[in-house]
Amino acid sequence: MSDTTQTGPVLAADGTPLKRSLARALRMQKIRALMLIAPLLLFVLLTFILPIADMLFRSVENQIVSETLPRTVVALKDWDASSGETPDEAVYAALAEDMKIAAQAKLHTRVGSRLNYEKPGISSLFRKAGRKVKKWDIENDGPFKEKFLDLHKGWGDPDVWRTIQTYSPKFTNGYFLNAADMQKGADGAEMRPENERIYWTLFKRTLFMSLVITTSCIVLGYPVAWILANLPSKSANLLMILVLLPFWTSLLVRTSAWKVMLQQQGVINDTLVWLGLVADDARLVMINNQFGTIVAMTHILLPFMILPMYSVMQTINPTYLRAAKSLGATNWTSFWRVYFPQSVPGIGAGSILVFILSIGYYITPELVGGTKGVFISNRIAFHISTSLNWGLAAALGAILLAVVLLLYYAYDKIVGIDNVKLG
Amino acid sequence: MADSAINDAFVEFDRVQKSYDGENLVVKDLNLSLPKGEFLTMLGPSGSGKTTCLMMLAGFETATHGEIRLDGREINNIPPHKRGIGMVFQNYALFPHMTIAENLSFPLEVRKFGKSEREAKIKRALDMVEMGSFGSRRPAQLSGGQQQRVALARALVFEPELVLMDEPLGALDKQLREKMQFEITHLAHTLGITTVYVTHDQTEALTMSDRVAVFDDGRIQQLAPPDKLYEEPENSFVAQFIGENNTLEGVVKEINNGVALVQLDGGELIDAKPINVSKPGERTRVSIRPERVEYNKERMQEGAHTLKAEVLEFIYMGDIFRTRLRVAGNDEFVVKTRNAPDQVRLKPGEQIEIGWLPEDCRALDA
Repeated sequence: MSDTTQTGPVLAADGTPLKRSLARALRMQKIRALMLIAPLLLFVLLTFILPIADMLFRSVENQIVSETLPRTVVALKDWDASSGETPDEAVYAALAEDMKIAAQAKLHTRVGSRLNYEKPGISSLFRKAGRKVKKWDIENDGPFKEKFLDLHKGWGDPDVWRTIQTYSPKFTNGYFLNAADMQKGADGAEMRPENERIYWTLFKRTLFMSLVITTSCIVLGYPVAWILANLPSKSANLLMILVLLPFWTSLLVRTSAWKVMLQQQGVINDTLVWLGLVADDARLVMINNQFGTIVAMTHILLPFMILPMYSVMQTINPTYLRAAKSLGATNWTSFWRVYFPQSVPGIGAGSILVFILSIGYYITPELVGGTKGVFISNRIAFHISTSLNWGLAAALGAILLAVVLLLYYAYDKIVGIDNVKLG
Repeated sequence: MADSAINDAFVEFDRVQKSYDGENLVVKDLNLSLPKGEFLTMLGPSGSGKTTCLMMLAGFETATHGEIRLDGREINNIPPHKRGIGMVFQNYALFPHMTIAENLSFPLEVRKFGKSEREAKIKRALDMVEMGSFGSRRPAQLSGGQQQRVALARALVFEPELVLMDEPLGALDKQLREKMQFEITHLAHTLGITTVYVTHDQTEALTMSDRVAVFDDGRIQQLAPPDKLYEEPENSFVAQFIGENNTLEGVVKEINNGVALVQLDGGELIDAKPINVSKPGERTRVSIRPERVEYNKERMQEGAHTLKAEVLEFIYMGDIFRTRLRVAGNDEFVVKTRNAPDQVRLKPGEQIEIGWLPEDCRALDA
């Protein structure tokens, strides 16, 4: 019946389509909501999203070669890298011209250090060449091939030219290959030699240690959360303060405290020696290794595990346990089959929180991790502030981000994100 | 009755006391025994100790003093899961992460029943409460009444001989509650289960139980079948708590041949049946049920005792009329009369005469 009378969209009283009428009615509300969040949105956009996007972009960006050496890049196009021979005179001439312009603008060293990431030694080739080429007369001084070879025999190494050719496109996957312990060989991507594979080890270690830290947080935090949730509120509040106390203490102070506790001349070792449990010349090594990192980070991240577990456990009615017992279950069965399953959302929330926090943790591994206990984030920091290879740092960061998102996705598929409760 | 039941008592409380803080007794000297198959209700206001008694029987609270016996065996030190008592909780306590069938399977699994036997029992229990097609649902998908049925089925599925219910119908609406009251009593009697039921709703207690134990202040005030409890309350607490009740205060003048002469505070003299007054001079509360009072002269029975009254309010309630009167200085005297064709409808301000039989009028403690 209504099919014959109403074929088009539903109309409002004044004849406009109901949808448009509704949208107009809601528009003011939407604009007002947007205005309210605009300051924060802008702030987050400028200080968080844009810088991150820019950093991530650096992991593939490679314009410096083609911009600084435009003629060389064109001339090299036809050169066959697999021939094993140096390019011909035209390429050297182009390089001389590019180099002269670049040296006058003092840009040649930048290209040098960029290419040096891929093939160590190129940086000094460029630095030396730049100094000399400045004085050459491009029109008359040729041929340049011999002049370059006179400067440094490195200019006669086909590998150098191959590197320049490989990194001439505007975009590169070189940083990502590097981050995955691979390199661009003559026949495309290949694994680096065993002894140069550091990032893969670091990623594995980061994931493994984050897992260990998360697990120890669950094991240590669960009973505390249980007691918190089951104590009368007066004593629970007191205990809660103890749990939160670390939150109010500086991260550096807590980490340094662990240094004091764990070092070989530290409190724990001294006590053990004093008790005679450990010989004085065989003091335990508990810091500057993985053990130190795990202990310190577990302590620091524990509240992030306890709080979500606590808030979930608080909602579990104690009658369930009574009901289970009245039905004939022992204390353990009641807990395991009735209480525990209901507390899983809290464990899930805490685990995600702790795992994601620890996978990107920096300060604590840096201070107590030594060389064996550092995370991938420490390597990223190294490339950002010491080696200045931002492209590689960005690539490592992008991989880390991808791994976290992937794990989050997997977690959603297996446990279900709906099952995660923070309160 | 209590004395004869001692020998075949199934559940027994013997001088049980309970204190939570070591200063106040929540349960004071509880003696109670019920035979197999009885439906006993513990009725009382909140804080009267009835739920504590139930929890002691279930094993979730320990008695501070005294013995609790189940089928002749002392169970004070037996943990709840070994008592084999079925229990229905106030909020049902159905496990939210399990389906209905899994909820029912739980008590059978911990008792190590085989799979096929479990399934047969679950099916029988669910059919019993007419929830047979809901086995795969989760508790959250059921209405309150359905959850109530499932909770009942779960408490019965392992065939306990004793079932405890802690205000199980408190969260249901009135209609559903009345339906469930009937179903629970029906089930309990068909299956021959001994039931201890806790409630603060006196209608529920009266309609469901074989016997009702009225609790107040940690003691059983009266333990009797519903009709006796209503018609022959033994003290003024029970009279006030069970049903509607008119009280007139006064002093006992004399007691002769099982009849007490009471002078009301307004000066009127009336006859009453002495229940727990023993000697002249004692203050008393005289209790009369509203439906036992008559104001229609033609219906007044022979030997009725009459008093003057003033009509204050007339409320039409459909099946009955509820008339509020001022009698002997009491403004809250209520008369309930059946809505019959020849019934008189009173108007406020009328001066009338009311009457009742002396045996319906009970002189209780003040």
